[in-house]
Amino acid sequence: MILSIQHLYILVGLILAITAVMTLADRQHPKRYTSALFWGLYSLVFLVGDKLPPAWVGAGAIGMAVIAGLRGVGAGKHKEPTPAEYETSAKRLGNKLFMPALAIPLVTVIGTVLMSKVKIGDAFLLDPKNTTLVSLGVGCVVALALACWLTRETPVQGMRESRRLTDALGWAVVLPQMLGMLGLVFSDAGVGKAVAYITTSYINMDVRFVAVAVYVLGMALFTIIMGNGFAAFPVMTGGVGVPVLVGVYHGDPAVMAAIGMFSGYCGTLMTPMAANFNIVPAALLELPDKNAVIKVQIPTAAALLVVNIFLMYFLMFR
Amino acid sequence: MTSDIPHLWPLIGVAVIIAGFILRFNPMLVVIVTAIGTGFIKTRNLPLIILLPLAVIGLLERHGLRQHAQNWISRIKSATAGRLLIVYLAARELTAAVGLTSLGGHPQMVRPLLAPMAEGATETRYGKLPDRIRHKLRAYAAATDNVGLFFGEDIFVAFGAIVLMSTFLHEAGIDVEPLHIALWGIPTAIAAFIIHAWRLRRLDQSLARELGGAPASDAPAVPATQEGR
Repeated sequence: MILSIQHLYILVGLILAITAVMTLADRQHPKRYTSALFWGLYSLVFLVGDKLPPAWVGAGAIGMAVIAGLRGVGAGKHKEPTPAEYETSAKRLGNKLFMPALAIPLVTVIGTVLMSKVKIGDAFLLDPKNTTLVSLGVGCVVALALACWLTRETPVQGMRESRRLTDALGWAVVLPQMLGMLGLVFSDAGVGKAVAYITTSYINMDVRFVAVAVYVLGMALFTIIMGNGFAAFPVMTGGVGVPVLVGVYHGDPAVMAAIGMFSGYCGTLMTPMAANFNIVPAALLELPDKNAVIKVQIPTAAALLVVNIFLMYFLMFR
Repeated sequence: MTSDIPHLWPLIGVAVIIAGFILRFNPMLVVIVTAIGTGFIKTRNLPLIILLPLAVIGLLERHGLRQHAQNWISRIKSATAGRLLIVYLAARELTAAVGLTSLGGHPQMVRPLLAPMAEGATETRYGKLPDRIRHKLRAYAAATDNVGLFFGEDIFVAFGAIVLMSTFLHEAGIDVEPLHIALWGIPTAIAAFIIHAWRLRRLDQSLARELGGAPASDAPAVPATQEGR
């Protein structure tokens, strides 16, 4: 393939390396050296991570966690335009400002839908396994060029802005990876199987409705622990879904799978373990309460879980 | 300043050497650290979607994108935060259902466009907002993106989760058409829309209760958002 996810890793690695260098050069930065080290280590993970022995990367990840834990990652001082300057510029550029922003999803969709099978010679243009991500990368580069042209700015200013937003995110950027690993550890350690065993042996599933409720709520609960519905599905479906709902009660497996996975997603809405969806946006939107997004989502997710129990009960055994 | 960088390399080297010593003495640690490293490399794709759009979004923000988004929405007199988010929820869920999951997202859609629009629409009605309300609107915007994405994408047949489910069931000896799994997701997808849209209407009502009575024209000037009233 011509454009692969490896190129994106290099691109992000370079952006983070530039962020680290800019941080190091920022004399007013309150946590100049530790922040620069944090972003520098992170850029190495992207640039050369797969060429290093995994233990080194592990040591680097632990180092990053230590820096973050000791509150060593801080935001630099960024010179922002005044409100009046913002307003003048907004008025001058008007709807043109939307163009690069909308170019990102547009190019991503074009890449995903139309370009996924395009080959040049024998090679795929876009990495067939990661078409969406690679298209997103292309979209961002195209949009950056468009934005620079529109605003008469240099890509260097783009890097400064990227650093400003990365600073706003702080160490939360690494959280999805850290928690994703924790989820893997849980599933490797067999947490899922143990809980599936306990539920099947201690909850009386002779009543069909109880069995449905155990499956639906179990999917949500597991997803809350693992942070990922995909990890919960095999555990709960293997433990309760297939043997009890399909095996004993002869329910429709398609209904079970569809509503079961959606119940897992309800769990995703309620857990800080799903950092990419819940914690990172809170950081990105500069919310003081990192759980603010989860708190908004809990009533929707809880109500939907109740609805799911009834939907599954009535649709599975029609 | 770039001359400072070489001085960092020895630090990393030292860390690695220390790690090496510890590792040699404790095989259990080697296993754990290796596992962490492998996991860290394996999950590198997760932050891409967040980090890649930042340069563009930041550049546009510097040139007033958020202000323009607020001004733009304030021209639509009937717009409220709740109605805006209901429309977005519907659009996000429907586009995700036909596989266009990348039409939204927190860095490229919620931060620069959706959240400022929700704030702008509310500000047009009630004047300058306290930070608490601003943060609440942003959280609702982020949550709405999630709800629309999650319960839309799973009714798209080619989505990974559908493949995962049918593969798992196949291995358990049950053959299910992926299309059936996708179709049986529709009732929940509709329920998700109804529940969340109802909550967004309640958001409008609670905003009216909390902020009501203060018409926009009385509002003290907010330099960043006054245009287009």
